[in-house]
Amino acid sequence: MDFVQNLPFISILLSLFSGPLSSILNAKWAKRVNATVISVIGIFSATVLFYVLRTGQEFVYLMGHFPAPWGNEIRVGILEAFMATFFCLIMLLCMFGGIAEREREIEESKQNLYYIMVNLLLSSLLALIYTNDLFTAYVFVEINTISACGLIMIRQNGRTIEAATRYMIMSLLGSGLLLLGICFLYDLTGHLLMSNIKEEVAILAATGEYHIPLLVSLGLMSVGLAIKSALYPFHAWLPDAYGYSTVSSAAILSSLVSKGYIFLLVKIFYRVIGFSVVCDSKVVDVLFVFGIIGMIMGSVNAIRESDIRRMIAFSSVAQIGYIYMGFGLGTQEAVVASVYHVLSHAATKSLLFVAASGITDASGGSRNFLDLTGAGYRNKAAGIAFSVGSLSMVGIPMFSGFISKLLFAQAAMGHTHKMLPTLIALAISTVLNAVYFMKTVIRLYTPVSKEMPIHEHRVIPLTEQPVKAGALLCFIVLNFLLGLNSEPVIRLITAGLAMFD
Amino acid sequence: MSKKVSKEQYEKTLSFRFRQWLDGTKDPYLNEVEMQKQDVHCEGEEETAHRQEVRERRREKIYDLEKNAELRIFKRFYKVFAVAFCCFLVALLLEGVSYLPTFGHAQNPANNEVAQRYIEQGLQETGAVNIVTGMILDYRAFDTLGESHVLFIATCTVLILLRFDKKEQKEQMEADDRTHEPKNDVILQTAARILVPPILLFGIYMILAGHLGPGGGFSGGAVIGAGLILYLNAFGFAKTEQFFTAKTYRVMSFGALACYTVCKSYSFYTGANHIESVIPLGTPGAILSSGLILILNICVGIVVAGTMYTFYCMFRKGGY
Repeated sequence: MDFVQNLPFISILLSLFSGPLSSILNAKWAKRVNATVISVIGIFSATVLFYVLRTGQEFVYLMGHFPAPWGNEIRVGILEAFMATFFCLIMLLCMFGGIAEREREIEESKQNLYYIMVNLLLSSLLALIYTNDLFTAYVFVEINTISACGLIMIRQNGRTIEAATRYMIMSLLGSGLLLLGICFLYDLTGHLLMSNIKEEVAILAATGEYHIPLLVSLGLMSVGLAIKSALYPFHAWLPDAYGYSTVSSAAILSSLVSKGYIFLLVKIFYRVIGFSVVCDSKVVDVLFVFGIIGMIMGSVNAIRESDIRRMIAFSSVAQIGYIYMGFGLGTQEAVVASVYHVLSHAATKSLLFVAASGITDASGGSRNFLDLTGAGYRNKAAGIAFSVGSLSMVGIPMFSGFISKLLFAQAAMGHTHKMLPTLIALAISTVLNAVYFMKTVIRLYTPVSKEMPIHEHRVIPLTEQPVKAGALLCFIVLNFLLGLNSEPVIRLITAGLAMFD
Repeated sequence: MSKKVSKEQYEKTLSFRFRQWLDGTKDPYLNEVEMQKQDVHCEGEEETAHRQEVRERRREKIYDLEKNAELRIFKRFYKVFAVAFCCFLVALLLEGVSYLPTFGHAQNPANNEVAQRYIEQGLQETGAVNIVTGMILDYRAFDTLGESHVLFIATCTVLILLRFDKKEQKEQMEADDRTHEPKNDVILQTAARILVPPILLFGIYMILAGHLGPGGGFSGGAVIGAGLILYLNAFGFAKTEQFFTAKTYRVMSFGALACYTVCKSYSFYTGANHIESVIPLGTPGAILSSGLILILNICVGIVVAGTMYTFYCMFRKGGY
């Protein structure tokens, strides 16, 4: 066995180990450990990705001396390794982009606790990506949920505590439904290992035995994960949680935590139930309808918002709607589009959150829309970055958002019932996106007029926040890479999904 | 006629105290228990007005109920929807359950080769007489590794929420501690003196014998945690802080989790690379047997005990 095959397991255990380690370190060292661990794991994952691409085969890694289904195992394919690399990259950039805010907004004695949360969050994301066992996935979903709560409430004011409470309740409801779904599935198949469940489910689907409990189980797992990733009617926790937490938390939550659950759902669809069985069930139609409603309603709510951070948060609801709409279409191309949108949204939304913090810094900390007038001139890096993010969200060619919208439209083409609703929803949603994002960009580049009440405006030169500017630059480059160079990424995703079957 | 004894001397005798106890004239709490007198909870007019104002402001500023029609409608139908949703969920689950395989039937899908191997070969392969321990700490040790980190991260989240780090807050909490409960309660102290040592010993026994019989790290750790909490209640923070502080907890949980991670990394690495593990399984039934399970049980026990004790301290005082 090649040594490279050990790297996914080392990555998971390294990030698990760094959590408790941060608890005995002070904030400064915990920060260094955190940055090192994320970068090292990113490099490991990239190595694994090249290895898997070269061999062209996925591999199984035993966690212990016993083969699955008795012991645990992890399974690594192209898509898993790619997701791990991408998540590490985004997480590193989010952490760098929010350093100044973290040091300002979090009590100094509690800063090392923040890094514990981030380290364990990374380990849970990696485990969710790599695991081949449903129950292991559930254990790490728990870690993911608790650490996300910690990330929200570590900036302690009334709003974040309320937001964390809401998040806790909704997210635990989601976890509970997921666990019930897993229990049902275990009772029907007698397995927790994904590949074994799939074999059993294929037999059950062919014979038509246990049709109703199987459907209930699939529904419970889908709805549970949809609640956790804030699909439209379950999004009530989202705006406060993203809007008031410290900026690196908001960026990580929107771009990684919810995406981890979506990736788990993809795995459940392909690896556990089997995509053809999922498509035959009515569950995809439900996801499709809620996805479409979410696309429209998320944008409508964002338009009515006058707080820039909450506006970006509501935009997440719309984007999650896109992803679920892709699942709802129920074709291979649509799922590729959804996974691509996961990447595109993760890169763009974290960019927007970090840029928004730079913009509010230049406007005396006010997040109110009117006070942001002319902020693009005062903080040039953040202004440019925000414009890039907005253009990408709207779906202008050259940016990553355009490619995912194109992919969705292509996937919907020729679909018997769902083509028209998808295209109409895409069009309406694009217009709505343009309304609120372009409104903000125009506001950022409107010169401050004399008669307006002067808020505590402050010019922030590039040299004042070099780390944040660097992170923003990386985000912009990433966005262009995804937008201009989408072909290899799409090939990667397609090959990765093919390995899932 | 008996010898006349002065009143002071008489008050020291056993018979006087017996008499006092018999008559019920002695208050057992007097001069023994430190308890602050509780004020009857009453709110001044100013505070009521302030509370009202905050409430009004929340309605107007944060939720803006006047203009927010969506929220107004939501509030009106919230309870109905909540009940309807719960009923729907209950009905759905009951419907689903009614189609599941019959409980306890031998032909059920869950009675397959997985459970069979655990039962038939569990003892030889893991060396643990308690098959459940063998399952959670050897066959599926990765899940348990995650689970013990769940406990750790839950504690950290509680620390974020409840720990007081500013000096004035700490002093305030120190003064407020025990407002509602007696301090130095003789009854509690006597009971604790008798109960705490057996509780702790029993907890340690459960952890050490987790691979031999019912018990293990999770339950034994919970018992130890309960014993520590009882001790703290009887004797107060001054006594417990001599051996258990925030630093102790940090070092302890780090040590235990790191030990677990390192031990299991070795086992995962050798297992996956098909290298022979050097850890002997020992004779089943002996205390030093079943490979790593004993060590892992001790690690889990330490984490669980620390978690319980920390939860209690945080909710009571916001610090150790």
